[in-house]
Amino acid sequence: MSIIQTKDLVFDYIRRDEEGNVESIVSAVDHVSLQVKEGSFIAILGHNGSGKSTLAKHINAILSPTEGTVWVDGMDTRDDDKLWDIRQCAGMVFQNPDNQIIGQVVEEDVGFGPENMGVPTKEIWERVEESLKAVGMYEYRKHSPNKLSGGQKQRVSIAGVLAMHPKIIVLDEPTAMLDPMGRKEVIRAARALNQVEGITVILITHYMEELVHADQVFVMDQGRVVMEGTPREIFSQVEKLQSLRLTVPQVTLLAHELKKRGLPLPDGILTVEEFLAAIG
Amino acid sequence: MGRRDMLRDITLGQYYQTESVIHKLDPRVKLAGTLIYVITIFFYKNFLGYALAILFLAFVIRLSHVPFRFMVKGMKAILFLLMVTVLYNLFLTPGTPVFTLGKLHITKEGTGIAVSMALRLSLLVIGSSLLTLTTTPNNLTDGMEKGLRFLKIFKVPVHEIAMMMSIALRFIPILLEETDKIMKAQMARGADFESGNLIVRAKAMVPLLVPLFVSAFRRASDLAMAMEARCYRGGEGRTKMKPLKYHGRDYLAYLLLLFFMVFSIWAGRLKLPMLTI
Repeated sequence: MSIIQTKDLVFDYIRRDEEGNVESIVSAVDHVSLQVKEGSFIAILGHNGSGKSTLAKHINAILSPTEGTVWVDGMDTRDDDKLWDIRQCAGMVFQNPDNQIIGQVVEEDVGFGPENMGVPTKEIWERVEESLKAVGMYEYRKHSPNKLSGGQKQRVSIAGVLAMHPKIIVLDEPTAMLDPMGRKEVIRAARALNQVEGITVILITHYMEELVHADQVFVMDQGRVVMEGTPREIFSQVEKLQSLRLTVPQVTLLAHELKKRGLPLPDGILTVEEFLAAIG
Repeated sequence: MGRRDMLRDITLGQYYQTESVIHKLDPRVKLAGTLIYVITIFFYKNFLGYALAILFLAFVIRLSHVPFRFMVKGMKAILFLLMVTVLYNLFLTPGTPVFTLGKLHITKEGTGIAVSMALRLSLLVIGSSLLTLTTTPNNLTDGMEKGLRFLKIFKVPVHEIAMMMSIALRFIPILLEETDKIMKAQMARGADFESGNLIVRAKAMVPLLVPLFVSAFRRASDLAMAMEARCYRGGEGRTKMKPLKYHGRDYLAYLLLLFFMVFSIWAGRLKLPMLTI
């Protein structure tokens, strides 16, 4: 069975006026049905307001569906008894690194999740060590999070989730506030978790470059999944992506334009190396 | 930059990093010790008690390896209060006059009270700054959480208060940085925070405080969500990564404190004609 499954998921944001009367209803997520296989690397793409973050928050049971159902590892997210199991199973990393680090020392922050779960002290230390090593932040364990770079902070956040031994990690635009270097660090850490630890990774992003390594991509627009497929399948539809106001990587765009002018190139070129190989 | 460093100094520059027995003590011992000390100095009726209190404090300061000038730093803040208290007691206590200046009389009783008040205040400030100088804020909140657990019987949310304190400590530098950013942004658009009288300057702070509050609330809501996502559900069933544990030295310190309290109160309440306040 799929580790995450949504069926006709609808989530409405209801705007009320001062007397509490409904002013307007906006469906941030509109009848989304999708399935995610265990151990895969999934990217959800969309521009601002496409509903991708709202969808992500359903996987961690922060939001509860207005209509439809979300199953995480077989658990229905509306089941209150399963709430903490779901949150332990599906960890979440948010956009702003400063607003999700609780500890005043890196290692204490990573230990926060296991502490909440009631893990014995000795095991907390083991988990903290292994998680920090997995994201390459072990030598910073005694540092104050305030002195780290954005990419480092985000890796600490990932370690904090990892220490809870989740099956799924949802990264909700983890790179939106980082510089290009930090972005690379975080994506590299996320890929390592997926490939080495076999954790299912859901990456929410609006940077096209970041989904190159995904197994499967969902593109969202106005609360609906409008495209679905491998990165190559997605990137071969340059015009459609552009109509959704998404920027295609420069190489892909170049290859696409050249192909239109008659150069015999394959569809959906994703990296510079591929491009060189194709024209070479 | 300069302002920010200064602000940071005030809030977080308290802790003095060094190796000492006092630094290693369990925070609960230090909290209880400070409390005992502060209460004890209010029981003295003669100067022998104060002499003992000063001696004891000097002994602890020596053990702590913190230079004395750091203790005095705290005194600057209460200098004005200290002066007012001393002068008020010196001139306005009725009794046998020893010195007259126009309409003002300095009485024998007044001198005694003024000196003992000054001693009390100084010992209070130095004693409690010793606590913050030798204990990290983190350790302090941990100590409070565990040491005050008994207050739960009275429905005091001890864990929640400790959690709030440690989050506040974590966010102080972040909010300071933010204040600095907003300030520069407003200054770039012509805001003036420095000239004018107090009221004008206070009014000039409004465009600084409004965005700061908005952002602080947004951060708080983000953080609450992040904490919930990491299974935070209050202190119930929570384990500790760094649990507090008493060692031999902690019991010894408790014993010493108890001895100091009993002995100095006994000595401080003896009827000594020369040293009575």
